[in-house]
Amino acid sequence: MSQEKQCQCAEVQEEELYPRLEEVITEHRGKGQDLIMVLHKAQNLFGYLPRKAQEMVAEGLNVSLNEVYGVITFYNFFSTVPQGRNSVKVCLGTACYVRGSQEVLDKAQKELGIKVGGTTEDRRYSLDVVRCIGACGLAPAMLVNEDVYGRVKSPHLPDILAKYE
Amino acid sequence: MNLVRNHVLISIDAGTIMAGARAVEKALVDEINRQGLAGEIAVLETGSIGATGQGVVIVVYPEGLYYANVTSEDASEIVEEHLLKGRPVKRLIMTEMPRQQVIRKEKAGLLKEQARIVLRNSGVINPENIDEYIAEGGYEGIERAFTELKPAGVIKEIKDSGLVGRGGAAFTTAMKWDFASKAPGDPKYIICNADEGEPGTFKDRLILEGDPHKLIEGMMLAGYAVGAAKGFIYIRGEYALSIERLEKAITQARLYGLLGENILESGFSFDLAVMKGAGAYVCGEETALIESLEGKRGHPRNKPPYPVTEGLWGKPTVVNNVETLANVPEIIRNGAAWYRGYGTDKCPGTKVYTIIGNVATPGLIEAEMGTTLRDIIYEYAGGIKEGKKFKGALVGGAAGAFMGPEMLDAKMDFVNLKEYAAVLGSGAILVMDESTDIVGMLQSVLHFFKHESCGHCVPCRLGTKQLVEIVDRIAGGKGKVEDIESLVKISEVMRDTSFCPLGQSLNLPISSSLKYFRDEVYGRVQQPA
Repeated sequence: MSQEKQCQCAEVQEEELYPRLEEVITEHRGKGQDLIMVLHKAQNLFGYLPRKAQEMVAEGLNVSLNEVYGVITFYNFFSTVPQGRNSVKVCLGTACYVRGSQEVLDKAQKELGIKVGGTTEDRRYSLDVVRCIGACGLAPAMLVNEDVYGRVKSPHLPDILAKYE
Repeated sequence: MNLVRNHVLISIDAGTIMAGARAVEKALVDEINRQGLAGEIAVLETGSIGATGQGVVIVVYPEGLYYANVTSEDASEIVEEHLLKGRPVKRLIMTEMPRQQVIRKEKAGLLKEQARIVLRNSGVINPENIDEYIAEGGYEGIERAFTELKPAGVIKEIKDSGLVGRGGAAFTTAMKWDFASKAPGDPKYIICNADEGEPGTFKDRLILEGDPHKLIEGMMLAGYAVGAAKGFIYIRGEYALSIERLEKAITQARLYGLLGENILESGFSFDLAVMKGAGAYVCGEETALIESLEGKRGHPRNKPPYPVTEGLWGKPTVVNNVETLANVPEIIRNGAAWYRGYGTDKCPGTKVYTIIGNVATPGLIEAEMGTTLRDIIYEYAGGIKEGKKFKGALVGGAAGAFMGPEMLDAKMDFVNLKEYAAVLGSGAILVMDESTDIVGMLQSVLHFFKHESCGHCVPCRLGTKQLVEIVDRIAGGKGKVEDIESLVKISEVMRDTSFCPLGQSLNLPISSSLKYFRDEVYGRVQQPA
């Protein structure tokens, strides 16, 4: 699974990705127990889980669309709306919260002009909160894609965000 | 083969990578090559050394000298002064060390004090090299199991050791294994619960990053004991480095014939798969985790039947925490009597704690069961930051209990804490100094639970929402005395009627905050006229 990389290629049209999803599904055809694994892969392809992809997964793994949707909405990791190229996640776990992560989050919302769960119009950033990323010694912490930033103070934010195109 | 004169260990974990460990590593190697020392000095990656927030940390052996906050610019100075001329770079020597790190492992007399069992290899070996694990006695446990103990002997040894689960529930490990081994059904499964989502806890992550083979051997032993041929490691999707290292370690173990068919000609076959979780706190509960492994929403199941009889795909299944399984190879290799030399009579062994909050050196420590909270905070974690006063600690994660100053001398172990209506839980210790606002802490805890309640049962789904509304009202200065009473009452109903431990455990932080900080909480509500 480690070879999966977040798709960085926004210019690739969504339509072109469906054949690749079909390949993924073929490996797991009829295996409903692999649903979460397949959804991980699908989301890595598209950056989110479009309705059509959900239908294909349901059909291919022989589970109902209802069940697929149920799983997607249950887990934080999955999203049904397009995500930005860079995912910004501010930790609101207990340790980060007491060290002022709410202030960091407020600043991020202001800076990006979006609310938690939103994506900027140019699709450059998505903003989310997470509950503990295991970096409590570095509280308050935030994640941009797979990079962890610790001891974040709100004035640092513009510099951190500017690094990601 | 060249004789290596010095080993330079560089700690690679999520925290040090963020501080630029990869760049420092490259700078060190470049400088060593430039100075023509390539054959004499080896730079090796290792896991976390247990200190966080000290930037890039490197250790130079044989001196055993720790440097902290090293930057790429410092690399040439370290190489030139220390490695070439033998003069340590004083300004970079780590001053705030977790105490265990000061104690050199060669000093046998202090070994007991250091008490590292689970983390024995972390920060010492290269976690990406199976040979280093083997050189430290790795996979000797499974060998002893095959040749001497046999499955029943493994269970007996674990039983004699008194090992209980380190995930929070403190259930006797041997009993779990015994039930599963005797349960009818085939195949059987071993699951490692590495879905570490308890806020303030990152011990499992550092065990996985620092010594992945120890977990693999622990799972093999569990599989051998109960007669399972397949194991799953259910791990948080966010733990990218842990996943990478585990997968590397599994591949290496397969290459060495330690995983796969007929391991070491013993007739025992066992293999492992890593399964990424998708972010749901409730999946730390074992039956919810099993549902998730089966590809479903992570709703907890009715118990009984327990997983040991009907678990994954309805088959007998053992679910153990990372730390529990990491204890197993050491117990089997060294024997139950050795293990009982650590900790207390009722609670042998050690516990790995993540200690965070307002302490001088937050990080990961391993201490014997029965160590006092005072020793953990003041001896191991360097005391309270900036010389402030200790106000209290939240012990056991978000679902844990607050402790006030009067609890500083309580012995920390599963049995003793129960008497104080407290828990060791996941081993998270969040230390608060005098400036911390208790209502704010409660707010954070309750918001977390509202977000993570899975919605399956009514008391938890509605209760968490009510609790959040009330605590927000109190924090906003609009609370009344009755609001505090409602917090207690609602959480008591949740404790008695919720489906799984998520909802059941919320009463603990609420009741304990009132036990130790009653005046402060009551001082925050409008006083009756």
